[in-house]
Amino acid sequence: MTEPLKFEAKNLSRVFGHGKKATTAVNQVSFSIRDKEIISLVGQSGCGKTVLAKMLLRLETPTEGDLFFNGKPIAATGDPKNHWRQVQAVFQDPFSCFNQFFTIRSQLKSSFRLFETKPSEKEMEDRVDQALLNVNIKPKEVEGKYPFELSGGQMQRMLLARIFILKPQVLIADEPTSMVDACSRASILDYLMKLKEELSMTIVFVTHDIGLAYYVSDSLYIMHKGEIVERGTPDDVTQRPKSDVTKQLLDDIPDVHREWIKRDAPAPA
Amino acid sequence: MADHVLEVEDLRVHYVTRFGAKIQAVDGVSFKLKQGEILGIAGESGCGKTTLVAGCMGLYIPPLYLTSGNVRIQGQSILGKTPEQNRKEVLGQKIAMIPQGALNSLNPTRKIKDMATDMILSHDEGADKKGIYDRLRERFSRIGLDATTVLNSYPVELPAGIKQRCVIGISTLLNPKVVVADEPTSALDVSTQKSVIRLLFELMEQEIISSMLFITHELPLLRHVSSSIAVMYAGQFVEYGTTEQVIFDGRQPYSRALMGSMLSAEPGQKSKKPIAIEGAPPKLDRIIPGCRFAERCPIVQPDCGTAPQEIRIVGERLVRCKYADTDLIQKVGGEI
Repeated sequence: MTEPLKFEAKNLSRVFGHGKKATTAVNQVSFSIRDKEIISLVGQSGCGKTVLAKMLLRLETPTEGDLFFNGKPIAATGDPKNHWRQVQAVFQDPFSCFNQFFTIRSQLKSSFRLFETKPSEKEMEDRVDQALLNVNIKPKEVEGKYPFELSGGQMQRMLLARIFILKPQVLIADEPTSMVDACSRASILDYLMKLKEELSMTIVFVTHDIGLAYYVSDSLYIMHKGEIVERGTPDDVTQRPKSDVTKQLLDDIPDVHREWIKRDAPAPA
Repeated sequence: MADHVLEVEDLRVHYVTRFGAKIQAVDGVSFKLKQGEILGIAGESGCGKTTLVAGCMGLYIPPLYLTSGNVRIQGQSILGKTPEQNRKEVLGQKIAMIPQGALNSLNPTRKIKDMATDMILSHDEGADKKGIYDRLRERFSRIGLDATTVLNSYPVELPAGIKQRCVIGISTLLNPKVVVADEPTSALDVSTQKSVIRLLFELMEQEIISSMLFITHELPLLRHVSSSIAVMYAGQFVEYGTTEQVIFDGRQPYSRALMGSMLSAEPGQKSKKPIAIEGAPPKLDRIIPGCRFAERCPIVQPDCGTAPQEIRIVGERLVRCKYADTDLIQKVGGEI
């Protein structure tokens, strides 16, 4: 791969608290993310994957180590807004990302505030419509609707519509599918692939489900207790896992073809 | 004792909205649960899974009303009781629930032992405190917890997996006949999920609980958990058969599509694309003339939208589709 580096982290750490109560959420992590790559951070709850994602978003400051974005130290971008124009996120719970008191459309429109120059009213409306169509929602369906009137799957698509409007270089998707049900999950993944293919976006996909990660990503990073314990291509990691953590994660996925838990099943009805 | 622990007969349950509209959330569901059986109920959000559970537990609190039907546990009807009677006589003892957001269902201002004591006291007012505490210790150690520490902790002090165990421990304190697990694992990561399922199986082996209704939208999980599966869509069962039948040889377009939208980390599966089911389930505030899945069905035929589709036996299981026994059905979902 010869694509330029998007993110580069060197011995990155984040410690919360100090003294005896210090908790190391991310411990001496080094990695690099290339342009137009989809990488996945996989690990159990509390392994530090979200903290790492937040550092990439400049929502957390590393306590130690260096983080470079496009070759420059991340803190050097000055106003965080400059960073957020290029790096955007989709979070786990879409309902907590929208204000309940405003219509969805007006909130999508307000994302234009992030731009240095606001487009004309007409253009904004058109781009919102276009973004909604991109995520398979007819603009009429959500006309005048408030967040609580939509289902979880629809709301998650609204968050993605926002990404289609902002067109950042990097998208951080933090467990975007864990709150939606199985049938919407497939469509959310489709939109992520679409973002990568049509807008050549770099995507950091954070998840606990190694199966999902395997499906979407170009490389996998397995995290455990704040450290990256294994990394590699999805095929390598899932078929020839070296670390016990990876083996455990793979073993824990309920798969239809493999025995998952031993049990004497009673005779079915 | 009757053969079946739980019998649900043609249950119909509706909500009344504040505009007076009637939403028929569960529309004619029947099933029977044997001793030791686990029935999985699958379906997407909003298909009526949780309402069905409330219906089975007799939790008819407005705006939820019973339209018709009957629920029997060990041959006795549990319907027609006041909420107070229901709580005392049915909940916890005959049927208990493991809630969906188990991690948020513990009161953060009270210790685990206080909440567990409440559970016992509400059914047995005369019990003495010392006796209860010993009982709790015994039960919590049996489910693999460090009983003394856990019982004296506040929920915030415990990690997610332990909290989940506590919730299960409290729900099953009174050895309920039927346990309803309403998406017990959807908020957990895959590893914790596995340990929770393992715990539920242990409880069954120790005969603390006997049968279970397991509600989820993850069909692959049901493959390992339940012995039979009912797929629910728009308030009705659309397919009801053994796990093998439903997962590997579904005969209803919706259950096949649901299976097709799953993905797995198996070698060589990367080329297999999960297929999303586009569209949304129908609104239930009006009478739907034909098959409820017709609007989204990939193999819809011209006569699907006209007459209501009754559930019938096809290939040894119950299916609600006119074309269940034709080759048409094989076109949905694809390889699993």
